[in-house]
Amino acid sequence: MHKYIHDLRVVNKKRINPDYYILELTYSDTLADMFPGQFVEIKVENAPNTFLRRPISIYDVDYDNNILKLLIQIVGEGTNILSYVEPYDYVNLVYPLGNSFSMPENNRILLVGGGCGMAPLLYTAHYFSDFGYTPSILIGAKNNLGIIEPEEFEKYGELHICTEDGSDGTEGYVTQHKLFESPELFDKVYVCGPEPMMKAVAKWTVKHNIHCEVSLENLMACGIGACLCCVQETVNGNLCVCTEGPVFNVKDLLW
Amino acid sequence: MVNLEIDFNGLILRNPVLTASGTFGYGEEFKDFVNLNALGGFIVKGTTLNPRQGNPYPRMAETPKGMLNAVGLQNKGIDEFCNSIYPRIKVYNKNIIVNVSGSNIDEYVECAARINELETIPAIELNISCPNVKQGGMAFGTSCPSAKQVVKEVRKVYKKHLMVKLSPNVTDIVAIAQAVEEEGADSVSLINTLLGMAIDINTQKPKLSTITGGLSGPAIKPVALRMVWQVSKAVKIPICGLGGIMNAGDAIEFMLAGASCVQIGTANFINPSVTTEIINGIYEYCSSKGISDINDIIGKI
Ligand SMILES: Cc1cc2nc3c(=O)[nH]c(=O)nc-3n(C[C@H](O)[C@H](O)[C@H](O)COP(=O)(O)OP(=O)(O)OC[C@H]3O[C@@H](n4cnc5c(N)ncnc54)[C@H](O)[C@@H]3O)c2cc1C
Ligand SMILES: Cc1cc2nc3c(=O)[nH]c(=O)nc-3n(C[C@H](O)[C@H](O)[C@H](O)COP(=O)(O)O)c2cc1C
Ligand code: FES
Repeated sequence: MHKYIHDLRVVNKKRINPDYYILELTYSDTLADMFPGQFVEIKVENAPNTFLRRPISIYDVDYDNNILKLLIQIVGEGTNILSYVEPYDYVNLVYPLGNSFSMPENNRILLVGGGCGMAPLLYTAHYFSDFGYTPSILIGAKNNLGIIEPEEFEKYGELHICTEDGSDGTEGYVTQHKLFESPELFDKVYVCGPEPMMKAVAKWTVKHNIHCEVSLENLMACGIGACLCCVQETVNGNLCVCTEGPVFNVKDLLW
Repeated sequence: MVNLEIDFNGLILRNPVLTASGTFGYGEEFKDFVNLNALGGFIVKGTTLNPRQGNPYPRMAETPKGMLNAVGLQNKGIDEFCNSIYPRIKVYNKNIIVNVSGSNIDEYVECAARINELETIPAIELNISCPNVKQGGMAFGTSCPSAKQVVKEVRKVYKKHLMVKLSPNVTDIVAIAQAVEEEGADSVSLINTLLGMAIDINTQKPKLSTITGGLSGPAIKPVALRMVWQVSKAVKIPICGLGGIMNAGDAIEFMLAGASCVQIGTANFINPSVTTEIINGIYEYCSSKGISDINDIIGKI
């Protein structure tokens, strides 16, 4: 797959709440084909301590309007300074990067996203839905501020929500949700979120012999397989998360 | 017209811009971003006799205007390089240089001997300066007797251009440069990364699994430039300068300080097509200054 370095124009910035925003970007030519689970490396200008690019998942692609969407959580200087871009500004991207989630074989699929890990799952649900699948989607966060654009997810599947404090959906961790009482409903589970949550879901899928793919967020320097900084230990040795991931079958991880 | 061609002690470079080992993969990772054949050359990943898994994650920490790495020479070993990587990449450029590392002299020698057989590899860069391996590596490059010894033994088996990469983690880099020159090195490259560390105050733990690692990027440029200038005054063999070069201006500084060519490292991570921009920038600099031959600026300081 060809990778590009392009300046994309900001079309819209949606401030969801103090912690989250969505960037809608367009390119002067037709956007490249992108697959669910892939990410971009974005350059943050005017951020004195942000030397490297920042990896951000593809949140959604609207090919009709040639728009790429990113959902970003402010956690440090880079993601903060980037939140000040305005329409007509340009941001520089290296993209599309990494592998992608595998296609489902039927509707017995569950997407589980925790916190900002829900970002790649919107495009995943969208993509699967374009192929005629209707996934079950479970998104979880600390509180209702972390439940971003549920109406978007509802377009592509059957949405379930949970929050740790019960301010939206059912109360508790994602793995305490009632969906996890029915392993017989699923053949494939796709997960992205904080590592403890992904490990808990992975453990459940292994126990019930369900195929499970997780998307990892290791620290990266180059994003294109050159520096070997982002490695994950696997049954096949150290593999680069940026090129051989970010999506891994949990059976290949030493979790 | 500006001449950018450099005769680097027998190695003919179409321009003075190469890439630094460990930052450019095997070149192919960059083929969507750079016309690889337009580079002066590129230096592939540190290669060792046996495959190495490298150090545990985390191996990277961002620092002010730079980064620390502790990759620890993860590579598939010389057999894999010769049998499957070399045949795949050899078409990309006539100056593909292999960076060779080892934990003892025999490993360096055997590795160099194997690469000597590879027809289209015109040079090796002997890495006696890696700070990220427990044994060998930097140890060879931090004392004159051990640097001399490893270069002497490799020189016996390696018949093509032998570049030796020097460590900045020494009190007197000039003495090491002179020592390797005496043993028959054809050129020196400097600098490798500077030993450094970073701590996460929330977890109160080091940011790297190995505690210390190698600092690269613009943060080290003034140190690298000073070392290139000092070494250039003391040796006759040519110098390949590197350390924090981000743009054409930085590259020209190194050449003015005495480097005949340069390597681009960490900058490739931030802008994967930076090498093309640097080549074009050097050309434009020369045209705008009325310089007809890049060789005229080498060592002007
Ligand atoms: C493949 C991939 C996809 C990602 N997708 C998204 C996304 O869609 N939306 C989003 O908001 N974020 C995403 N991230 C995480 C995002 O890259 C980081 O939050 C961002 O780099 C932080 O930059 P900063 O300068 O704001 O914070 P920094 O100042 O760099 O860091 C702030 C804090 O966050 C921690 N941190 C930074 N990066 C990571 C990381 N990769 N993993 C764990 N902790 C980290 C640091 O240790 C530090 O404690 C993704 C990461 C990867 C590797
Ligand atoms: C991730 C990474 C891996 C590296 N691996 C090697 C290596 O295998 N062998 C080597 O001689 N130098 C290695 N280096 C050092 C670079 O080649 C270079 O000397 C150093 O980064 C300084 O240049 P820069 O500031 O332009 O990056 C590595 C540097 C980085 C950042
Ligand atoms: S981030 Fe450089 S190899 Fe993955």
